[in-house]
Amino acid sequence: MSADLPLLELRNVSKVYGKGDATMHALAGIDLKIYPGEFVAVMGPSGSGKSTCMNILGCLDTPTAGQYLFQGIDVGALNRNQRALLRRHYLGFVFQGFNLLNRTSALENVELPLIYRGTATAERRLLARKALLAVGLADREQHTPGELSGGQQQRVAIARAIVTGPSLLLADEPTGNLDSARSIEIMELLTAFNRDQGITVVMVTHEPDMAAYAKRIVQFKDGLIAHDQPTGG
Amino acid sequence: MLINAFILALRELRRNVMRSILTMLGIIIGVSAVITLVTLGGGATQQVTQQIASLGSNLLMVSVGKRMGAGQSSGAPMFKIADADALSRELPELSLVAPTAAAPTTAIFGNENWSTNITGSTEAFFPVSNQQIALGRLFTASEARVGATVCVIGQTVATKLFGAQDPVGNRIRLNKLSCVVIGLLKPKGQSTMGSDQDDLIVVPLRTFQRRIAGNQDVSLIKVSVKDGFDTDQAKQRIEQTLRSRRHLASNEENNFNVLDMKEIAAMLSTTTQTLTGLLSAVGAVSLLVGGIGIMNIMLVSVTERTREIGIRLAIGALEREVLLQFLVEAVVLSSLGGIIGIVLALSASVLLASLLQVPFVFQGGIIVIAFLFSASVGVVFGYFPARKAARLDPIEALRHE
Repeated sequence: MSADLPLLELRNVSKVYGKGDATMHALAGIDLKIYPGEFVAVMGPSGSGKSTCMNILGCLDTPTAGQYLFQGIDVGALNRNQRALLRRHYLGFVFQGFNLLNRTSALENVELPLIYRGTATAERRLLARKALLAVGLADREQHTPGELSGGQQQRVAIARAIVTGPSLLLADEPTGNLDSARSIEIMELLTAFNRDQGITVVMVTHEPDMAAYAKRIVQFKDGLIAHDQPTGG
Repeated sequence: MLINAFILALRELRRNVMRSILTMLGIIIGVSAVITLVTLGGGATQQVTQQIASLGSNLLMVSVGKRMGAGQSSGAPMFKIADADALSRELPELSLVAPTAAAPTTAIFGNENWSTNITGSTEAFFPVSNQQIALGRLFTASEARVGATVCVIGQTVATKLFGAQDPVGNRIRLNKLSCVVIGLLKPKGQSTMGSDQDDLIVVPLRTFQRRIAGNQDVSLIKVSVKDGFDTDQAKQRIEQTLRSRRHLASNEENNFNVLDMKEIAAMLSTTTQTLTGLLSAVGAVSLLVGGIGIMNIMLVSVTERTREIGIRLAIGALEREVLLQFLVEAVVLSSLGGIIGIVLALSASVLLASLLQVPFVFQGGIIVIAFLFSASVGVVFGYFPARKAARLDPIEALRHE
């Protein structure tokens, strides 16, 4: 693996929900390093802590104990606004349920993160069109989510995630709501962005077929990392 | 950041036209109601003021009877012509003194007849009452003195008896009196009290006393005060003069009263203003209800839009950016609602003013107030739901269906 500084590093991170008898250890002290350019698949049964881990990696949640370093910065020490800015500038999200704005055209959905970045209108349009072109939806820019198929919606969501050129793309079961043909299209897109633009991808999935697209698989079990190994391919 | 908030807010409003219209409806109704009511009220007040001015602002009405409840004025003797003469002789500040007496009568011309009031007075009656001649002439001082059988009629009487025909020179019959119409008065329209000021027949006072009433009584003396003299002082001097002429002891109350038209004017405008205030209060309540409507819809829309807010927060929106977006949405809605309300109110006011026959008086103040109110309703009632939205936990919000 690369000897560079890791893009992100979890140091003995644990996450505890509830108090007293109701205490639930979602993460029981995990260590994880992910380097720039990696494509990591996170697997594990439900309740194994992988979603909690993704929330922490996505700066949506903070660890109860331990440290999360993003490019060397301790995320646990940042406040809500600083974490939002970190998400804005370095992260891209793809969700299982697509999470596009309803009644909003594909183009405007893709433009959204650029608006929060304060990108000028002309440049915003240009970048959003380029991203839609990259996911093969250049001819659908005026369509709203309701007028698009599931696979197309997920591609719009991917365009929205990569339009800002993020360092890290977090995908939470991106193919969970799609049939296998659509799933393969999505995986090929993620692989392409990882390979061509060097975007680091961390993806949660249940399906071994999808995990096989990644270069490395991290297996969670009972709040701990059970296996962590590169894929054969 | 403000520009971004505007872009986001306007996109959101455009996507939800129906919701936006429903939100605005309350404000539109509130703003237009309050502006329309105040504008019409202002028009009515101005109309009253103008009507009082048409009576003559320095007019005093001296009538018989105590200022008491109905039925308590009996026993006070009527004025005589000599009382009026004494007033004009002894009080140099009075410009005109017109003793009058009136009685209901039926006027007959040919086959037409019309029940009206016949007024007996002197030539001073016309300027004091602000009556002007339209056709023919008024009666002269000498005709008044000798009690000539002539009369001057108002427009209503002329229309009822003569139709489109020229009344001047014709002879009409008033009870046992037959007199020649020598003049037609210019129309004055309705009085403030709602009576028809054109429904009158004026004959010389002596003619009236001899041929109609059969006595020497004068029931009312209309007096106008010269410019530059205080009407209150004139009123007091009239009271002194009449008290001594009526031999009232110093412990006795006046058995007549002097009414200053300015007082009536003040009283009437107070009434109209009270009414306007009341209507404005009704309007203000509807404005408030509109504001609460905005708050409701904003609250509902925050709940409905939880997932959208989650998406925005996840992709890096700051709390204050979400807050600002919701705030701008609320302010744009209420201001737009305010503007539509103002336009609606002005059209409604113009229309209603002509229907109700009151003048349309543009009320700039209330428009500014109503607009500022609706905008601040947007800020205040938009703020709390917006804060609620901005403080959501993005993970929770994304999970919301």
